[in-house]
Amino acid sequence: MNRTAEKNLRGRKKSQWTYGRPSTGSRIFDCCNVAFMILLMVITVYPFLYVLFASLSEPLRLYSHRGFLIAPLGFSLKGYHFVLNYRAIWNGYAVTIFLATVGTACTLITSLLFAYVLSKTDSMLHGFFTFAAVFTMYFNGGMIPTYLIVKELGLLDSLWSLILPGLISTYYVIILRTSIMGIPREMTESAELDGANEIVILVRILIPLIVPTIAAIGLFIVVGYWNSWTNALLYIQDGKKQPLQMILRQIVVNNDMSAAAGSGASNRSGEDSATRLLLKYATIIVSIIPIICVYPFLQKYFTKGVMIGAIKG
Amino acid sequence: MEHGLPKRSFGQRLIRDFKRYKLVYLIGFLCLSYYIIFCYLPMGGIVIAFKDFRAARGILGSKWADPWYKYFDQFFNGYYFTRLLRNTLLINVMDLVFGFPAPIILALLLNELRSNSYKRVVQTVSYLPHFISMVVICGIILDFFSGSGVINQIITALGGEKILFMQDPKYFRPIYVGTGIWQGVGYGSIIYLSALGGVNADLYDAAAIDGCNRFRRVIHVTIPGILPTVIIMLILKVGSMLSVGFEKIILLYNETIFETADVISSFVYRYGLQKGNYSYATAVGLFNSLFNFTLLVGVNYLSRKVSDVSLW
Repeated sequence: MNRTAEKNLRGRKKSQWTYGRPSTGSRIFDCCNVAFMILLMVITVYPFLYVLFASLSEPLRLYSHRGFLIAPLGFSLKGYHFVLNYRAIWNGYAVTIFLATVGTACTLITSLLFAYVLSKTDSMLHGFFTFAAVFTMYFNGGMIPTYLIVKELGLLDSLWSLILPGLISTYYVIILRTSIMGIPREMTESAELDGANEIVILVRILIPLIVPTIAAIGLFIVVGYWNSWTNALLYIQDGKKQPLQMILRQIVVNNDMSAAAGSGASNRSGEDSATRLLLKYATIIVSIIPIICVYPFLQKYFTKGVMIGAIKG
Repeated sequence: MEHGLPKRSFGQRLIRDFKRYKLVYLIGFLCLSYYIIFCYLPMGGIVIAFKDFRAARGILGSKWADPWYKYFDQFFNGYYFTRLLRNTLLINVMDLVFGFPAPIILALLLNELRSNSYKRVVQTVSYLPHFISMVVICGIILDFFSGSGVINQIITALGGEKILFMQDPKYFRPIYVGTGIWQGVGYGSIIYLSALGGVNADLYDAAAIDGCNRFRRVIHVTIPGILPTVIIMLILKVGSMLSVGFEKIILLYNETIFETADVISSFVYRYGLQKGNYSYATAVGLFNSLFNFTLLVGVNYLSRKVSDVSLW
């Protein structure tokens, strides 16, 4: 399907331009369009570049600098040195890595299993399961009742409160179900005749066929866990169990760096503010590096239109 | 297959089905237990909107509110109702008016780029902010718009007066909506680009032969081609009108700008979880959910009548 769409696109591209010579108006438009795209890219990327440059600057020069940065002011790794000595950040990193591994595994496995259940359209409870899942996409109990249930279950201040309340993502279940249903029936029928049970069919036949979709969704789940913080805001009080994004929020949004005591911040207020500024930028960079690392892979999948199946399915 | 067999009762058929799909049902019910515990129990927990919830008595043990609509009454006639509804609606309407068309326009412009590789570069770059966490995005926004931030440095360099963006209520909505576009325009365009890929190429040839110039081809072929996708996205957007924005608002707002920045979800968080008014906050949240749900069903119905495109 993707290939035909691509061909179609290419074919149209050609047919779009080859009706004689482009008019002057058409050419002017092309120039403006290209220029606009350059502007768009600059606006999109510059804030991140600014943070990167700032994080590599000399603290005092950065503190007294005004205006844009087009390169680091001097070069110093002091900011990263502070981050290294900031215990809370590494603690948060550990919690987040736990979420990104264990959480992702739990979510991916349960979503996949449930997708398999929903792909059995000829089972009698298929409609019931589908409705039960899809209804939760449009209506939910809301923040307070969910909080009370999590509290009743004794999950407050437990790392599981960051995983279980959002364990199965109905949206990903639907994408996975669509791709499982895209596999021809004949592929599983012979195995069924040989007496293979459901699990064997799922693991040996179906999963290997939809590995690209699973990989794409897995990556999206990892990024989701990496960036999540609202569950921690609601359910976690214990500072030692806060994920990275909550620590980041303290530093970047609330400007609270009390936990940085002893990180080398001096008493002189100018230098102290400069240090805080630097710490802020360096923390941002440290937290987004993993995302930038998986970004090329993410990018590969969504341009292929894997995610779009959900809307049509 | 089973038409030839004697008719069986529903129960008998169900048992046969159970036997046939033993493992499927087992897994199905296990997964269903997640939905029951974390989605449907909280829905049941909504009853505390009609009760005087006391933590010591639990959800079931708490007494019914007297009258049952006490907390709704408190909210509708309270000081915050108009402010919250106005803020929530305005932010979302502005987001709909400016934020919704932006990815469509970007997709149309990307589609007009002659070089495919250039197009791919622009796409890659423009998706990036979507994957960066809201905390980082808001941290950068606060930094750029702060009193000594980049934006103010430019304003003063150009001879203007310093503006305290994050302390002045009138700037909150434009900043919220503007940065929202910055964040989401690239990623939002993916779905439209994919719809554009599905437009029949022959239509362009036909239009060109009929004398349509490039602009007219966009108007008469491209836009009608992606209209169903646009409508579906619009339904989804309107259906979540009152619910979006919690993360970003919690991160961006402060007491000096509650006047324009406080919305229903942030209010529920502050009054419910931080101040412990569980029943009152649940009532407010329920109002929000019902409003959304009605809107979604309504828009979906309208769209099905008018354009034959609908979610269900």
